Amino acid sequence: MTPTIPPHQLQLNPKGQLRHFLTTEGLSTELLTEILDTAESFVSVGKQAVKKVPLLRGKTVVNLFFEASTRTRTTFELAAKRLSADVLNINISTSATSKGESLMDMLWNLEAMDSDMFVVRHEASGAPHFIAEHVCPTVAVINAGDGRHAHPTQAMLDMYTIRRHKGDFRNLNVAIVGDVLHSRVARSQVHALRGLNVGEVRVIGPKTLIPSDFDTLGARIYYDMAKGLKDVDVVIMLRLQKERMQSALLPSESEFYRLYGLTTEKLAFAKPDAIVMHPGPINRGVEIESAVADCKQSVILQQVNYGIAVRMAVLSMAMSGQTEMQAAIEGGEA
Amino acid sequence: MIMPEVAPLLDSMASDIKKTIYPKHNKEPAMVGIHTGGAWLAKQLHASLGLKQPLGLMDISFYRDDFQGKGLHPQVQPSNLPFNVEGQHVILVDDVIMSGRTIRAALNELFDYGRPACVSLVALVDLPRRELPIQPDVWGIRMDLEPQQRIKLSGPEPLTLTLIDSKA
Repeated sequence: MTPTIPPHQLQLNPKGQLRHFLTTEGLSTELLTEILDTAESFVSVGKQAVKKVPLLRGKTVVNLFFEASTRTRTTFELAAKRLSADVLNINISTSATSKGESLMDMLWNLEAMDSDMFVVRHEASGAPHFIAEHVCPTVAVINAGDGRHAHPTQAMLDMYTIRRHKGDFRNLNVAIVGDVLHSRVARSQVHALRGLNVGEVRVIGPKTLIPSDFDTLGARIYYDMAKGLKDVDVVIMLRLQKERMQSALLPSESEFYRLYGLTTEKLAFAKPDAIVMHPGPINRGVEIESAVADCKQSVILQQVNYGIAVRMAVLSMAMSGQTEMQAAIEGGEA
Repeated sequence: MIMPEVAPLLDSMASDIKKTIYPKHNKEPAMVGIHTGGAWLAKQLHASLGLKQPLGLMDISFYRDDFQGKGLHPQVQPSNLPFNVEGQHVILVDDVIMSGRTIRAALNELFDYGRPACVSLVALVDLPRRELPIQPDVWGIRMDLEPQQRIKLSGPEPLTLTLIDSKA
C-alpha cells in the first residue's frame, strides 16, 4: 500500500480546516497564523488555578510512540490532559507489536476502543501519513515526528516562540544551524517560515550534513558560521543526531564543535538581540556551548512551555475539523 | 422594529448596578467582560463606575457546550483576569442573554481561576428564551422577538444594536 493523497491535502477538510496535522508543507499563511493565534489563547490556561479547559472532554487521545521521546510525548500528554481528554500512552517496546502484531492490526484494535485521535512518532518517514490514510475517517492523526521527514508541532512551537519575541516574520532573518540532513525539525521549520513569509531563512552546516535540495525549499545555504550568522535575528541550533549517522559524515565531534558549535564568540556575529533556540535535547559542548544555552538570549526552556499551548491548539483544531467533516457527511446523507 | 440607543441604556445600567449589585457584598466588585460585545460594554461601565480593580476579559470559546456539533470557534481571544478571583465579588457583563449557555460557560471558566465570593450578571439586552436557570441582576432592555430574530451588538465605536431576521 502506497500513499495516494499527498499529506498537505489529506490533512485538510473540504472547508480548508485541519483534520490531521502531518506537515507544515503547503499550509497557507492564514492557517499557520490561526494555529499561532489559537495557541496564544491557550497560554492563559496554564496560568489558571485549574489548568484545564473542557474542550476535548470525553475524547480519547492515544500517544503512539514507536521511537523514544521525553519532551514531545510528555507535552502532548499534558496538552491533551489540559483539554480534558483521556490519554492512553502505548509503550511500543512492551506492546504486542513486539510479539509480531502488524501496525495496522494494532491500529484497528485501538480504533475498536473508540479512540478519537492518534499522536504518532515513528522512525519511518511517512508513517503518520500512512496511518492517516488507513484509519477510520473519524480519527484525527497528529504527526509527532516521522523519520527525517517532518516534525510539524515542533516547528509551530518554534514559530510561536519567534513571534512572541520578534513579532512580524517579514522583517526577520532566521538561521538554522547544524545537522540539517538528519533533521525533520529543520524541514518543517523551513516550510513554516516560508509559509509565514519570513524575510530570509538560512541553513548553516558542513556540506555533508546539508541536503542539496534545501535551496529549492527557499533557504540560503552557508557552510561558514561567520558569514551565515551575520545579522540574523534568530539562531536555531539542531542536535547532532549521532544515532542517525550511518556513514562517516563528520571527521569528529570536536571538529564539528570547533566549526559549527554555537559559542559566545560565534553568537556575536548575530544581531545583539538575537534569540537562541534549540528543539532539545541539547548536547552541551557538542553543538552548543553551555554558557550560550543558559545565557539571557537563550529561549530554549520557553520553547518547552509554549509547546504545551501550541499542541493544545493543534489537537483542538484537528478534532474540530474532523468533527465538522463528520457533521457535513452526516448532513449530506440525511 | 426601531432599536434603542446604547448610551442611555448604559447610563441606567450603571445606576442599577450601584443600587442592586453593590449592596450584595461589602467588597467593591471587580468587572469581567465576555468577548466580544460584553468586553466593549464592560470597558464603558468600568470607566463610568470608576472601579479600582483592573477590568478582566474572558473568551468562553474553550468552555462552550457545542464543540461536538460546531467545533472550535474561529478567532479565540486570550482570557485575562488581572486580579485574584478567590474571594472576589465579580460582575459578569455580556451584550445579549438568551439561552443562558454563554453564562454557564463563563461561570465554569471563572471558577477555574478561583472561588469568587459572589457573582452578579449584567446584560445589555435580555431576550427571555432561557434554556437554563440563569437570570441577569441588571439589564438594559428586555425584548420579545420572533423565534427567527436575533440581536447583534456592533462596536466598539459607536456601539449600535441591530435586529437580524433570518427569514428576511
